[in-house]
This record gives sequence, structure tokens and C-alpha cells, in this order.
Amino acid sequence: MSAVSLALTDSATMLRRRLRHFIRYPSMSVQLVGMPIIFLLLFVYVFGGTLGEGLTGVSGGRDAYLDYVTPGIILMSVAATAQGTAISAAMDMTEGIIARFRTMAISRASVLTGHVLAAMIQTLLSVAVVVGVAVLLGFRPSASVVEWLAVAGVVAMVAFALTWLTVALGLVSDTVEAASNMPLPLIFLPFLGSGFVPTESMPAGLRWFAEYQPFTPIIETLRGLLTGTHIGNDAAISAAWCAGIALLGYLWAKKLYNRDPSR
Amino acid sequence: MTEAIAVRGLRKSFGDKVVLDGIDLTVAEGTIFSLLGPNGAGKTTAVQILSTLITADGGDIRVEGHDRVRDPEAVRRAIGVTGQFSAVDRLLTGEENLILMADLRHLGRREGRRRAAELLEQFDLADAGTKIAGTYSGGMRRRLDLAMTLVGDPRIIFLDEPTTGLDPRSRRAMWEIIRQLVAGGVTVFLTTQYLEEADELADRIAVLDNGGIVAEGTPAELKRLVPGGHIRVQFTDPEQLDIAAKIFAESARDDEALALQIPSDGDVASLKAMLDRLERESIETAELSIHTPDLDDVFLNLTGRPRTETEN
Repeated sequence: MSAVSLALTDSATMLRRRLRHFIRYPSMSVQLVGMPIIFLLLFVYVFGGTLGEGLTGVSGGRDAYLDYVTPGIILMSVAATAQGTAISAAMDMTEGIIARFRTMAISRASVLTGHVLAAMIQTLLSVAVVVGVAVLLGFRPSASVVEWLAVAGVVAMVAFALTWLTVALGLVSDTVEAASNMPLPLIFLPFLGSGFVPTESMPAGLRWFAEYQPFTPIIETLRGLLTGTHIGNDAAISAAWCAGIALLGYLWAKKLYNRDPSR
Repeated sequence: MTEAIAVRGLRKSFGDKVVLDGIDLTVAEGTIFSLLGPNGAGKTTAVQILSTLITADGGDIRVEGHDRVRDPEAVRRAIGVTGQFSAVDRLLTGEENLILMADLRHLGRREGRRRAAELLEQFDLADAGTKIAGTYSGGMRRRLDLAMTLVGDPRIIFLDEPTTGLDPRSRRAMWEIIRQLVAGGVTVFLTTQYLEEADELADRIAVLDNGGIVAEGTPAELKRLVPGGHIRVQFTDPEQLDIAAKIFAESARDDEALALQIPSDGDVASLKAMLDRLERESIETAELSIHTPDLDDVFLNLTGRPRTETEN
């Protein structure tokens, strides 16, 4: 078997292992999708009326705000699942079976690839639930079938990048608790971008950060695909950020995995 | 003799602590080799290095002829490892764990299922096959662990303290399994803290202490180095003790307890010979007990000090 087909076969095996874990341990998945839904309800029903009135260019209160905030919530659920992956990766590394994998003639990174692929599937399902809830609340996206596919593509791309990063964070953490705390900034990045309010409404320094941080172009791309706002070069910038984060996360995770396991 | 494992000058330190200080080991194909030593002697480290889990600081290591450093993948293809700590996936069922191994060994779907079913049967886990491994008892988990190691039929099997923490019945069952493996031509590298276990199973034993091999040989050779085994006979009165002490000239007497310590390796033949002799001379005995040499005797004799329990 060639190295590539070996890597594919082993990664598929590890993916099946991870999907079985999700089925056996569903509470984690439920928790990960619950958090963004709570934020969606909170922001739409508690803050949405007022925030909707204040949006530049749109007025229409709660309904307008629901349209505005949904892309940010989608990204938040991607980040939440990525955080869950850091926890699962850290937990997995404490299991004796990882030592067994290391002494077997299998594709070296396949354990990690299994985590990332499973997280991508988990993310797409979780985003589907979140979008479903948003639609129930009255979210009416204007996206065509092709645009919906593009949304799925963007979500998969971001999930791929973020989970490689959080797998590395899970491996670098000494404890499962640390692994759960380290990716927390990812959950808050949509707030410090265009996720909840337009960046133009922020003070100078914060606005500068919000406009240049990676989540803003991603949110703008999702927003454009779903509600027809201007995308421009945000799609290209998002892709570049994701490629960079994925590469960094992959190389870091692989390096960490190849260390001598601590005794 | 074909060498399954050949190690020369293996060294490993963790920080300032030297764990393995240039050890040499040779294991013949199709035999059981036992690395015997107390906690903290470096047994687990040796297994971790030989099984490619961690790297050595120096030394030449060949497993099934493959260089441990230059071709770890070839080593991995030849070996199976059951570590000291349970290496089963606790969220999967026993059967799923075995099929996972079969998939990773690229056995193919049908062959993987067949082998999984066969191993569940062989390891007395057929009824528990569809239960999640996290619900297994310690003995069941250990059996599943070993069964997973055997998927793909590795030629060399590392067992790191396979019976530590098992009850006597499970321990005997494990011994039986290990004997069957070797009967099938597999080479077994086994670590243990129990002299009895090494004696039961091993063709050759190496005693590891403080990072060095302090003795090596067959169980019989090793036990000759350890004169700790004896039969202790207590007598009813001092006269009987006097007579017996003359007959068993090589014995040590304990006048206060009216007892003799007669050197013996504790096997039935020598015990019977001794009893026959006592009977011929019509010596009355009160009590008799057999002391087989244990790891404490080995260490006392080989290192001149009691064994130390240092934790990893």
C-alpha cells in the first residue's frame, strides 16, 4: 500500500473511532451546540430589539438583527466545536490506547486526522442545527442552492483550520482543564469582530483589531452568501487566513504528537 | 540460534536520572524472555524503547533484524505490545476494539471480523463482545488488551507486567495464554516483579536493578545463584534435632525453635527424598514448611542489599 493510501485508510479508521465516541458520549456534542443557541436566543430576544434599530443601513428591529447576527452565531458554533476538539484530543492523549497506536505500523498523524475529520462532521451538523433554530426564529436567508453549498464549504474550511489549531492546543495542554480553557478566546473573537455589531460602531483601536482579525472576513463572507451583502475580497482573505491557521496548527500538532510521550 | 531481539549498550536517562546504563540483551526466537526487577528498575523504560514508543539515548537495538533507530516502521510491523496500563478504547465495545486493530493492521473487513470473533472466543470474551470496554472488570480488560495485541499475528510480543494487579486465578489463566502463544512460535518479551512468574514462564531471565543487568540465565541457573530456598523442619525435642542435624550436614540449625533449615529448591522429588530419610531414621517432626527463593532473596544475594521500592 502506498503512503498516501495508507494515510487515507488509517485516517478513515480513526474517523470511525471518533464518530463512535460521539455516539457513545453524546452529552458533549449537545453541550457544544447548546451554547451558540443560547447566545442566539439571548442576542435576538434580549438585545435584538435595540441593536436592530441601531444597525447602520438597516432598520427593522429584532428581525433585522436576527439576519445580522446569525453568521456570527454560525462562526461561534464552529469555534465551540473546535474547543470541544481540544478537550477530546487532550482526553484521548491520557488514554493508554494512544501508546498502542504509537507502537503500531500506522500512518503517524492518522489519530489527529481522525479528530479533525470527525470535528468537521460534528461542526457541519451543529451549524445545521443552529441555522435550523435561526430559521424557526424567523431567519429568512436569500441564499441560492449554490450559495448554501458555499456556506457549507466556508464552514468546513474554517472548521478544518480551527480544529487543527485546537488539536495542537489539546496536545500542548498538560491537563484536560487547560485544554478546555486555552481555546476560549476563539469563542469570544466573533464579539471582537463584525459578529454582533458593525465594526464601524467601535472605538478606533478596537475597530482596527476587529477589522483585521481573521473572524471578521469569515463572518462577512457568510453574511454575504446568506443575506446578499457585499463580499468583495473577504472570501479570499478568509481562505488565506484558514490556510495559514490550518498549516500552522497541523505542523504544530504533528510536532507535539511526535515528541517522546512524557512518562 | 536466530535472534528475535538483540540489544547492545542500551542507555537512557531522564534528566539527571540514569534509568538504563548500557544494558545488553539477547532473546532467541520462539522463546519467553523475562526481564525481572523491582519497581523503578527500568523495566518499563526498556519495553518502551524496544517497542518504539520512546527513543533511546544510545545503543544498538535490533528487533527481528530491523534497526530500531533507522527503521522503526519495520519494527512496528513485527511486534505487538501490551503495556502496563490498559490500552483499550473504553468507549468502544470489545468487538469494536478488536475490529479497530484489524482495520489498522489492514486485514480487510471480512478477515477482521473473523479474527475478532475468534479472539473474543479464545479469550473468553464472547458474551461481553458487544459491551463497552469501560464496563469490563480488570481481568477482562487485560484479556481484551492482550487479544488486541494479537490481531495481525505479531511475531514478537512485549508484555509489560501482564499479571500485576490480577487475582491468582486470572494470573494462572494469563500464564496459560502466554504458554500457548509461544507454542505457536511467537517470541515473548515479558517484564515482571515476581520471581515465581519468571520461573513459571521464562526460558531465560535477566535481573534488572538500578539500570543494569545484575544476573542472566535460565531459571535453574538463576536459582543456583540464590541459595534462599530451603525446607524448615521443626522437631519435638532437642534429641531429635541433634540426630537430624547429623543426617543433614549442610543444614542450618535453630536451637531455640528446635528447627533445621535444609537447603532445597522446593521441588517434590527432593522433598520426598528428605521425608523418606527422616522416616528411615524414625525422627519425629512437629512442623514442616517450604521456603522458595523470592525476589527479595534474589536481590539480597545479587546486590547485597534488600530491593528498593523506588517509584517511576
